[in-house]
Amino acid sequence: MLNKEQKDTYNKYVQAKQPYTKYFPTLLWAFLVGGTICCVGQGIYDAIMALFPELTKDVVQAYTLVTLIFISTLLTGLGVYDKIGSFAGAGSVIPITGFANSIASPAIEFKTEGWIFGMCVKMFTIAGPVLVNGIAGSVLVGLIYLCF
Amino acid sequence: MLLDYLIVFLVGGGICLLGQILVIRTQMTNARILVTFLMLGVFLEAVGLYGPLAEFAKAGATIPISGFGATLARGAIEGASAGGLLGAIKGGLAATSAGIAAAVVFSYLMALIFSSHTKSNGK
Amino acid sequence: MRKIGTQTVVFENKPRIIGNYSVVGPKEGRGPMANYFDYILNHDLYGEKTYEKAEQKIMETAVMGAIEKAGLQPNDIDLFISGDLLNQIISATFTAKDFDTSFIGLFGACSTMTESLSVGSCLVDGGYFSRVLCGTCSHFSTAERQFRYPLELGNQRPPTSQWTVTGAGASLLSLKGDGPYIEMATFGKVCDYGVADVNNMGAAMAPAAMHTLKVHFEDTKRKPDDYDLILTGDLGKLGSEILIDLMEKEGYPLGENYVDCGNLVFDKEQKTFMGGSGCGCSATIFNSYVLQKLKSGEYRSILILSTGALLSTLSSQQGNTIPGIAHAVVVRRDE
Repeated sequence: MLNKEQKDTYNKYVQAKQPYTKYFPTLLWAFLVGGTICCVGQGIYDAIMALFPELTKDVVQAYTLVTLIFISTLLTGLGVYDKIGSFAGAGSVIPITGFANSIASPAIEFKTEGWIFGMCVKMFTIAGPVLVNGIAGSVLVGLIYLCF
Repeated sequence: MLLDYLIVFLVGGGICLLGQILVIRTQMTNARILVTFLMLGVFLEAVGLYGPLAEFAKAGATIPISGFGATLARGAIEGASAGGLLGAIKGGLAATSAGIAAAVVFSYLMALIFSSHTKSNGK
Repeated sequence: MRKIGTQTVVFENKPRIIGNYSVVGPKEGRGPMANYFDYILNHDLYGEKTYEKAEQKIMETAVMGAIEKAGLQPNDIDLFISGDLLNQIISATFTAKDFDTSFIGLFGACSTMTESLSVGSCLVDGGYFSRVLCGTCSHFSTAERQFRYPLELGNQRPPTSQWTVTGAGASLLSLKGDGPYIEMATFGKVCDYGVADVNNMGAAMAPAAMHTLKVHFEDTKRKPDDYDLILTGDLGKLGSEILIDLMEKEGYPLGENYVDCGNLVFDKEQKTFMGGSGCGCSATIFNSYVLQKLKSGEYRSILILSTGALLSTLSSQQGNTIPGIAHAVVVRRDE
C-alpha cells in the first residue's frame, strides 16, 4: 500500500511524462469547423428567408436549427460525424449539430439492446444533462424575472 | 453580405475555439462541454448580453449550443412576462421545442435505418 | 509443482502448449504483425448482428483453432479457462456454453491471457486435468460502447488513449505432446498508485507490472538478461516507458529484450496514439508471434506479463482510482 504522498509523487511523474493534446492544430481545426458549421447555418437561414419572405425571424431560425439537426443526425447515421469530431473536437461538439449527434449516436449504438431499454432509454445518456440543466436553468431564469 | 458571413465565421469559430481550449485544459467530455456552454448562454441571455451578440453575429451566435441556452432563457422571460408563473415554467421549453423534437425524431429515424460503424483511425 | 519465494510457482512436470491459435480484426490485420496471425477477419462484425456476438464468435474460432492445431477434438478437452472484458465475462461464458467441458471463468481485465495460463498450468502440472484450454478475447467496438462512448459520437480521443485490440488467442496445455513448456508463473498483486485518468491505462498498470517483475526476479534469483524476450501485455508506449523508469529505480534495468505487445500490434500510421490494449492484445501476440519464434528456436526462453486495469465505469464515476494487476509466465523451449 502506498501512502498519499507516494501516490502524488507518482502522479506528478506521470503528468510530466505523458503527452498532451497539441494546441495549435486542434485549436485551428476547432475554429475552422465551428466557423464553417455556423456559416452553413447562416446560409440555410438566408435561403429560407429568401424563399419564404413572409416568415418571421423566429420561425426561420427554428427551421434552420431543424435542418441542421437533420443533416447532423444523417451524417451520424452514415458514420461521418464521428470522423469530423475526431479532428474538430469542440468545433463539432458546441454547434447544435453536436447536440444532435450526442442524441443520435447512442440511439443508433444501443438499438441492439432493444427499442425500449436500448434505444429509447440510452438516447439521452449524453444529451440528458443538457436538457435537464437547460430546462431547469430556463425555469429559474423565468422565476427570477417574475420576482424582480 | 460577405462581411456578414465573415462575422458569422469568426464568432462561431471563436466560441468553438474557447470550447477547445477548455477541452485541452480540463479534458472535459462532450456532455460537460455542451452543458457548460448551454448554461453560459442561459446566463448571458438572462443578463441581457446574448441578444446583442446574436444581433451582431447572427448564426455565429445562434448555432452554437449557447444560442440554444439563450433561446431557453429568452423563452422563459417572455413566458413570464406574458403568462406569469405558468409562462415562466413552460416558456423555455416551448421556445426550444422544435429543436428538441427534431433531434429526438430524427435520431429515432436514423436508428431505424442505420447501425453503428466500427472506427479505424489511420489505416 | 512448488512455490519459490513469495509469489512464484515452478511447474516441475513441464505443462506444454500443444496447440495455439490467434484471430484478429481487420485493423490489426493491417498492422506490422499481420503475417504471424492465424486468421484475419474481413469485417469486425464477423457475419453477426451485434459486436458482442462477433466477439464471442472470434473467441470460438480461436478455441476451435487451438484444438484443431493440436490434432484433437473438442471433447478431448477437460477444462476451459477463460475471461474477457465485458460485464459478467459473457464472451467467455457464452463460448463455454456451446462447448461440452468444465469451465472456469476468470476476470483479470487485460491480464487474462497469462492469468488463465498460470491457473491452467497449475491444474495440468498437478495432474488434476490432462488437457486445459486457456484463452481470452476483446473487441474494439464492444469495449468502446461499454467503457467509453457510442461509436458514432464525435469525440476526440486524448493522446494518452490506447486502442482496444479486436482479437482472440487460445493456448492448449497438456503434459503430453510437443511444444514450448511453461516453466513458472508469478501471480501478481493488485497495485493502486492513485492514477484516476481513465484515458491513461498505461500509467495505471505500469506499477503493477513493475511489482510482479521485481518479485519474479527476487523469487527466481534471475536477471532481466536471462530471458531472450520480456513482454508486457498492453502498457502501450507511455506505460512501457514508465515501466522502464520504474525498473531502473528498483535495480533491475530492462534492456533491448523488453517489448510491449501494445507497441507491437499497431504501427504509427494507424493513429492509435499509445498503441494497443485489451485482453486480445497480449493473447494474439503471444499465440502468434511469440510462440512461432519459440518454436523456430529464435527465442529459447521468454517472460510474458499481461497487465490489467481493474476498473469499471461505476468505480471511476464514483471517483475511485484505477488499480492494476499483472501476472507473469515463463515459457521455454527444450534445450
